[in-house]
Amino acid sequence: MKLQQLSLFLENRPGQLGAPLEAIAAEDINILTLSLADTAQFGILRLIVREWEQAKQIFEQGGWVVKQTEVVAVDVLDRPGGLAGALAVLEAAELNIEYMYAFSLRRDDKAILIFRFEDPDRAIEVLLEHGLHVVEAEELMRHVG
Amino acid sequence: MFKELWNDAAGGFHPASAPDYLPEQALREVQLRRLRAVVEHAYKNVALFRSRMEERGLTPESVQSLADIAKLPFTVKADLRDTYPSGLFAVPMSDVVRLHASSGTTGKPIVVSYTREDIQVWSEVMARALACYGLHRGDIIQNAFGYGLFTGGLGVHYGAETLGATVVPISGGNTDRQLMVIRDFGVSALCCTPSYFAHMLERAEELGVDLPASPLRVGVFGAEPWSDAMRRHIEEAAGIRAYDIYGLSEIVGPGVASECTEQHGLHLFEDHFYPEIIDPESGEPLPDGEEGELVITTLSKRAMPMIRYRTRDITSIIPERCACGRTLRRMRRIERRSDDMFIIRGVNVFPSQVEAALLAVEGTLPHYQIILTRDHGLDQMAVEVEVTAEVFSDKVRALEEVRARLAQSIERIIGIRVMLRLVEPRTIERSQGKAKRVIDRRHD
Repeated sequence: MKLQQLSLFLENRPGQLGAPLEAIAAEDINILTLSLADTAQFGILRLIVREWEQAKQIFEQGGWVVKQTEVVAVDVLDRPGGLAGALAVLEAAELNIEYMYAFSLRRDDKAILIFRFEDPDRAIEVLLEHGLHVVEAEELMRHVG
Repeated sequence: MFKELWNDAAGGFHPASAPDYLPEQALREVQLRRLRAVVEHAYKNVALFRSRMEERGLTPESVQSLADIAKLPFTVKADLRDTYPSGLFAVPMSDVVRLHASSGTTGKPIVVSYTREDIQVWSEVMARALACYGLHRGDIIQNAFGYGLFTGGLGVHYGAETLGATVVPISGGNTDRQLMVIRDFGVSALCCTPSYFAHMLERAEELGVDLPASPLRVGVFGAEPWSDAMRRHIEEAAGIRAYDIYGLSEIVGPGVASECTEQHGLHLFEDHFYPEIIDPESGEPLPDGEEGELVITTLSKRAMPMIRYRTRDITSIIPERCACGRTLRRMRRIERRSDDMFIIRGVNVFPSQVEAALLAVEGTLPHYQIILTRDHGLDQMAVEVEVTAEVFSDKVRALEEVRARLAQSIERIIGIRVMLRLVEPRTIERSQGKAKRVIDRRHD
């Protein structure tokens, strides 16, 4: 039920984002989604790719510091209130969200929410209990791919 | 009577300066006599020195010539720390009239002591240093070195009084008042750190104080390294001549060596402080002209004699005689140290202290680099640390916490605010596998 996310440390200066993305593009690895968190001084690039093990190796060989973490994807209808509904469930269950990002799928009229939880297993339980749809890795690949 | 005749603006010299002009042979004789006496004094009264001599099968009698000094054991800064506070004192405390302490950065400071005679010698060498810059009775000397445990303030103060000049003991800080005093008192010479004077220059411009139009003609700068580029800047902006003074509290404080009006190397007051240059790796003495670590033996100190004290300052002895006529040998200005120590805002900092601080947080030592810059006359210290897989997190807050922990750990140890930057692995330049630890851009 969980997805593997790769995070990379980047210095916050021009040109730093391009190199790691080019490195995996050269190996034909397609990015399903990504988010960039940044401060004045550094940034954290978070990526979800199908071939995450291969991508991790490429990054490590390229000298980047990489961390692999488990995240949870939920799909909601891509319309006003879609995200708010999912958040209300998590809030009621007092689940701590470390961070989240979202993207929408043109084809299915759906939006995918990616959550980084403190306790992903419990979060999945709560989400399922409330009838939300947790997207599996394979399913996400199909959605996007 | 003579003192007054000599020591005036007409160009005579103060009697204290007489040893500056000793013929070389006479100077060597004075040095040998004093060396034998100080070795005997230290051997009799300092347990650490005696045991080191005994380990080598040496007695004071082993010193028969100046060259024999090379047989004697070195003294290092750690010896002062290990015997804190008074383990190297060679006289009873009742004979000590003054204690100073260095701006030590880790835990305990280094304590140094003086007998009444030691204070006299210090006053004399400091007066000779001031005379080297062409200062004399009638000059008004504003002393902006810090008064207190730091040797700078009182050292310059006693020297200026011995010279017969007028001292303004203003100590450091309060730049606006410093400028007011320079202008209102007709100050002709100012003593402080070069970085503080650079700050003063900026403030003078803001306030519209025209320093070149003031009677200020001499600047005496020390307690931190500074470049010739900075000297040119200072001299031009302030309309003064800027001179270097050298000293360290372990030896006496300011007044170990000083430039003269030739501005080409610093005369070592070698009738009291015997200089050697050694290879910092092997400890072997090097001939005049070759670059190495400066080692000093205090030839006349009673309270705390230092035998072959390793200063860690890298320089060389200039073999040629100085155009000023002094027979004292000169050393080149100190531009670096053998242990990478640097001085920031008057505090001595060793890269090893920064390493210890990083280790305390990380567990393993990351690649790091210290970058020193100067912003509006104020020294700034940045530390760049390469992120490792161990500390990296996908959460911004967690990384910010690592950054703050590293910065606080360094600040706790050295007492100075640092700007800590996390950088990507392998971005810190390495030479022969080893990262250059300190990049000093303060004089760029």
